[in-house]
Amino acid sequence: MVCKMIEIVNWKQGTEIKNEMQLEFRAISDNEAFARTAVAAFVAQLNPTLEEISDIKTAVSEAVTNSIIHGYEGENSEENRVWVHCFIKGDVLEVEIRDNGVGIGDIDRAMEPLFTTKPELERSGMGFSFMEAFMDDLEVLSEPGQGTTVHMVKKLGTMPWIADADEARIF
Amino acid sequence: MEEDFKVIDNYLMIRMPDEIDHHQSVYISKNADKYIMDEKVGNVVFDFERTTFMDSSGIGIIVGRYKKIACFGGKVYAINTDSRIRRVLMLSGLHNVVEIM
Repeated sequence: MVCKMIEIVNWKQGTEIKNEMQLEFRAISDNEAFARTAVAAFVAQLNPTLEEISDIKTAVSEAVTNSIIHGYEGENSEENRVWVHCFIKGDVLEVEIRDNGVGIGDIDRAMEPLFTTKPELERSGMGFSFMEAFMDDLEVLSEPGQGTTVHMVKKLGTMPWIADADEARIF
Repeated sequence: MEEDFKVIDNYLMIRMPDEIDHHQSVYISKNADKYIMDEKVGNVVFDFERTTFMDSSGIGIIVGRYKKIACFGGKVYAINTDSRIRRVLMLSGLHNVVEIM
């Protein structure tokens, strides 16, 4: 019975929002670095490994870049904004990246590896694949003309600390 | 940034910036193409020594240059890659077309 109680308490701690932050910025490429660095700084309180920080930064960078170049089609206007909303629930990070852009007609197609609507910009079509690979869960909500919301989840502390073999770099 | 591009024999060496994202990629691609066309180099070497971050925009840069030189038998190399950069390259299947060192 005691065990059961502890389990319930742990579960509750796991779902309760411990911390939250929100960013709003103009949809210009200068802000891509800002967004991923801000999220990485926010996650620092969960003591992530370097690997985990790197994964989160890559996923955030992909989603924000998508909003800027696909959602708003690279158009620089004062109304074009991107919102980044982060929650910490226990040792789980949830990131939501939202734009009010053109939206996605065929989400499954957009998520296919190597599929891109902007080959002329040398987009590799790997954005969603990277988000999927580097985070634990990815959900895309979009409707043409209704903007896009990308919801990502990552549980931290699942990877052991890795001794950085790269310090001794091999040419 | 000009000094990050250097032609040695038939190789264009590109010293990549510390963070490679969409914001940086346009400049690198444009400049690299200028060297490939003007100096008629056959091979491209991307040096990741300084690089601590790369997203899929970096893949676009590499694939774009590969397409430009591969038809003339040119090769693309990625050197000084750390485990994070290698992971991104592998995930995109680039290890099949790029020599990773």
